[in-house]
Amino acid sequence: MTANLVEYRVGAVAELPVGEARAYAVGADTVAVFRLRDGSLRAVSAICPHAGGPIADGIADAEVVICPLHQHAFDLATGCSQTGQPPLTVYPVRVDEGELVVGVPAAAISNLVPGAGSTTGVA
Amino acid sequence: MERLVVIGNGMAGARAVEEILERGGRDRFTITMFGEEPYGNYNRILLSNVLSGVEDEAGIFLNSLPWYEENGIALRAGVRVERIDRFARVVRADDGSITPYDTLVIATGSRPYVPPIEGMHHPRRGYHQGVFTFRTIDDTRAMIRYARDHERVVVIGGGLLGLEAARGLQQYGVQVTLLHSAATLMNAQLDAQAGTILRRSVEHLGITVEVGARTAAVVGKDRVEGVRLADGRAIPCDMVVVAAGIRPNVEVAALSGLPVERAILVDDHMRVLDEPHIYAVGECVQHRGQTYGLVAPLWEQAKVLADQVTGRDRTAAYHGSRTATKLKVAGVDVAAMGLTTPEHDDDEFVVFAEPRRGVYKSVIIRDDRLIGATLLGDVSKVGFLMQAFDRGLPLPEERVRLLFDLGGPAAEESAAELDDGAQVCNCNGVSKGALVSTVHSGVKTLGGVMDATRAGKGCGSCKSLVAQIVEWAAGGAVEEDPSATWYVPGVPMDKPALMAAIRAKGLKSVSAVFDALAGGREDAKSKMGLVSLLRMMWGEEYQDERGARFINDRVHANIQRDGTFSVVPQMKGGVTTPAQLRRIADVADKYQVPMVKLTGGQRIDLLGIRKEDLPKVWADLDMPSGYAYGKSMRTVKTCVGSEFCRFGVGDSTALGIAIESRFQGLESPGKMKLAVTGCPRNCAEAYVKDLGVVAVDGGRWEIYVGGAAGAHVRKGDLLATVDSPDEVITLTGRFLQYYRENANWLERTYSFVPRVGIGRLRALLVDDSEGLATGLEERMTAAVAAYKDPWKEGADPATPGQFRTALPLLPLPRVPVREGGQA
Ligand SMILES: Cc1cc2nc3c(=O)[nH]c(=O)nc-3n(C[C@H](O)[C@H](O)[C@H](O)COP(=O)(O)OP(=O)(O)OC[C@H]3O[C@@H](n4cnc5c(N)ncnc54)[C@H](O)[C@@H]3O)c2cc1C
Ligand code: HEM
Ligand code: SF4
Ligand code: FES
Repeated sequence: MTANLVEYRVGAVAELPVGEARAYAVGADTVAVFRLRDGSLRAVSAICPHAGGPIADGIADAEVVICPLHQHAFDLATGCSQTGQPPLTVYPVRVDEGELVVGVPAAAISNLVPGAGSTTGVA
Repeated sequence: MERLVVIGNGMAGARAVEEILERGGRDRFTITMFGEEPYGNYNRILLSNVLSGVEDEAGIFLNSLPWYEENGIALRAGVRVERIDRFARVVRADDGSITPYDTLVIATGSRPYVPPIEGMHHPRRGYHQGVFTFRTIDDTRAMIRYARDHERVVVIGGGLLGLEAARGLQQYGVQVTLLHSAATLMNAQLDAQAGTILRRSVEHLGITVEVGARTAAVVGKDRVEGVRLADGRAIPCDMVVVAAGIRPNVEVAALSGLPVERAILVDDHMRVLDEPHIYAVGECVQHRGQTYGLVAPLWEQAKVLADQVTGRDRTAAYHGSRTATKLKVAGVDVAAMGLTTPEHDDDEFVVFAEPRRGVYKSVIIRDDRLIGATLLGDVSKVGFLMQAFDRGLPLPEERVRLLFDLGGPAAEESAAELDDGAQVCNCNGVSKGALVSTVHSGVKTLGGVMDATRAGKGCGSCKSLVAQIVEWAAGGAVEEDPSATWYVPGVPMDKPALMAAIRAKGLKSVSAVFDALAGGREDAKSKMGLVSLLRMMWGEEYQDERGARFINDRVHANIQRDGTFSVVPQMKGGVTTPAQLRRIADVADKYQVPMVKLTGGQRIDLLGIRKEDLPKVWADLDMPSGYAYGKSMRTVKTCVGSEFCRFGVGDSTALGIAIESRFQGLESPGKMKLAVTGCPRNCAEAYVKDLGVVAVDGGRWEIYVGGAAGAHVRKGDLLATVDSPDEVITLTGRFLQYYRENANWLERTYSFVPRVGIGRLRALLVDDSEGLATGLEERMTAAVAAYKDPWKEGADPATPGQFRTALPLLPLPRVPVREGGQA
């Protein structure tokens, strides 16, 4: 499993408020990383399969995230929709020396960008 | 072992097999089922709910693949039977297989009828890729997929299926036009008056309806560009759904030499005429000249067929069904059965029509028996009427009782009177007996019984009868569905109990509530409601947790379909100044705002602002937030009133500004939109606001509450007429606070006010009959004092990355940019 992963350092975990999510560019994907109330992390694709809603702007609990646009719910651990939508992709995520590390299966990366990913947008 | 082969794995085929298994069929037959669709049997009726998003696909399967295995059935899913050889007694399928049978059941159902419309097909590729029918799961999936990225759909056919398709498709943000060739919608079931009322209700849902519209052609070569009607009108669209009726699937039977007219001819034993070994069931049969397009008849047919096939009861016979039609469209209730208009001079015809509310009810009675009924807008009586229609029950002497509940014992009696075999839920084929035995096995809540039997989970119109039967069967020991009264789904308490517990334990944050009252289990769906309640209760003491807020409340702006935001600065009473306008114009230029629009609440909306620009936009505007994004006090709309208007009798503008200044931004269970108007001409639409104030002659002011003019339209009730603006502000404060403290989450005033009753509100708030007024005013004053303009937050983000974009990859903006200023 891990052997086929390409991992990206995307930013400081301290910059990710507990109970919320932020979107990060990870290779060619955009990933929403959630920091749950119990401190654990979840990473899923950041774009709602329903109509492109911003998943990182959703409300989450220990199990699901609800997309802010039309309230479709997705399981954070499996990515599966509980409301009949196509699933979100799930990514492995961990903390290393205070930094968020998100993994992307190597096969999924079409044009490998060398070096680490960086946060996008205006901080 | 005898060999039983079933062609068609739909609702009728699978039900017939279930009935055969129940009669010991497993020991007698080796069963093979052919189904053209590559799935187990699912509830076709509920495809409408799948389309509208109410139900997910997984929830509609009636027989899963393991079910076939457990019952020893060889399922040939995805295989179509092409021919029956009735002399050799074999069926030939499109996979080349040849399967012998001793007994054959044909249950091939129907397919959509596609009228001869020019251009429906791509010359080389079959159906045009933008043209759809609505019959199978695959059809439904394809429609959903296509609708998501198209803009305008035309639905051809204004019957049951067309209406359900039209409503369902709206879910995906497409504009829907419904074309119907007859003069009234659902003309097979409704008379002209009812059809006209239905049309209006459907239009209220935002669906454009064209009747007398015969589609002549689909226009567009590679993509659908529109449709052309026979009268020459053109309607642009990029998607077409055909729901113009169904035709029984009889080709295989006809090709194989079985007797076929409109459908396959069967006798009272469900046996194909003159064929000792072949039976047929469901929509593909014609029995005594009649074909059916609904499920109710097939439950009865399947029972008779099973009795005959297994030899359990050779006297069993099917005598035809009396069917009722129900529309499964949220917000538009229709039920119809039997005749639509009286035919004989001495037929009794009782009609009630209230077009304004979209209500129409009629019954037709002959020789003291119900032979027809139509219910529109209010179908509370459908349970009894269907039973009376189907079983010829005695009717009440006062015929109006057929249309309205006038009190009295009628309901309980009907639950007790029904015999156990009576079908209660026609969608899922659940009898009274099945409901009663579920209750006796220990399930004592309505929701529990519905989950266990699926009764009431199709069109929902039998729910009240199911509730009565559950209550009757439980002998009064029925347990309330507790969750129905909970304030939010994740905390098992109603609002008063929840508020008492929060106060007693001093819970000041959302996570504290989950920890103390929900066993530590967070629930995302409950968070917004709890934030609102806690802010209302604790004011400045509330402990904020950003993650619990809806995105709008995290960034104080309204999220749009492309993930950008709209910004609406406060403009009290709709009054602005040249300086403000200049500043807004500068901001719009500086941030290249794609659209600047006037709102319905008399303010200016800047649409398509990027999240990361929000704090800068607020700083440059230097105006307070207009709260156009929250469940909170929104605006006070005003007219110019006595200051300028020659009709005005009160200074509505000044009063509106005073009200907005006092109550700005207060969070509440639902939006609060207010208005003050200068005379009863009502230019500011105060009669249809959550709270509306109208100046009347003699310097007096009327206060209306509970009005609405959104998806739901209601004129407010008069709370009081007072003598001064100060009294208006006092009563407004009491009403808003009472609503904040007592309404359920997301319960707008238009349902709250009728629920409490305007009489009781007057007593409590105007006459202060229970001494609540002082407390309400004090708590409101505290809430007003705690108000802070959220847009001041921007300079210093509340959390890291609060305004970081969540969607860096989408090109912005996707909101259409209008060219302005050429007028
Ligand atoms: C969207 C929608 C909403 C509806 N709503 C309602 C409602 O509210 N109330 C109501 O009473 N009814 C409703 N109906 C109608 C109801 O679904 C039908 O009456 C019912 O499904 C008929 O059952 P059936 O088994 O006869 O046909 P079907 O359920 O159509 O089953 C026939 C099956 O046989 C298969 N088949 C056909 N030919 C062959 C062959 N040669 N070889 C192998 N397999 C074959 C077909 O693929 C199909 O799977 C609705 C229908 C639709 C489409
Ligand atoms: C490769 C597949 C197909 C081809 C090439 C094809 C071609 C055509 C053509 C050229 C027409 C005349 C269109 C016109 O009036 O402009 C037509 C009509 C029609 N087709 Fe097809 N078709 C195909 C598949 C189907 C299928 C799968 C169905 C139904 C399930 C279907 C049902 C009909 C019907 C109902 C009509 C109207 C008949 C009438 O005019 O009375 N077709 N088809
Ligand atoms: S409501 Fe009356 S006072 Fe106000 S603008 Fe209209 S006519 Fe004039
Ligand atoms: S875009 Fe996510 S629910 Fe519609």
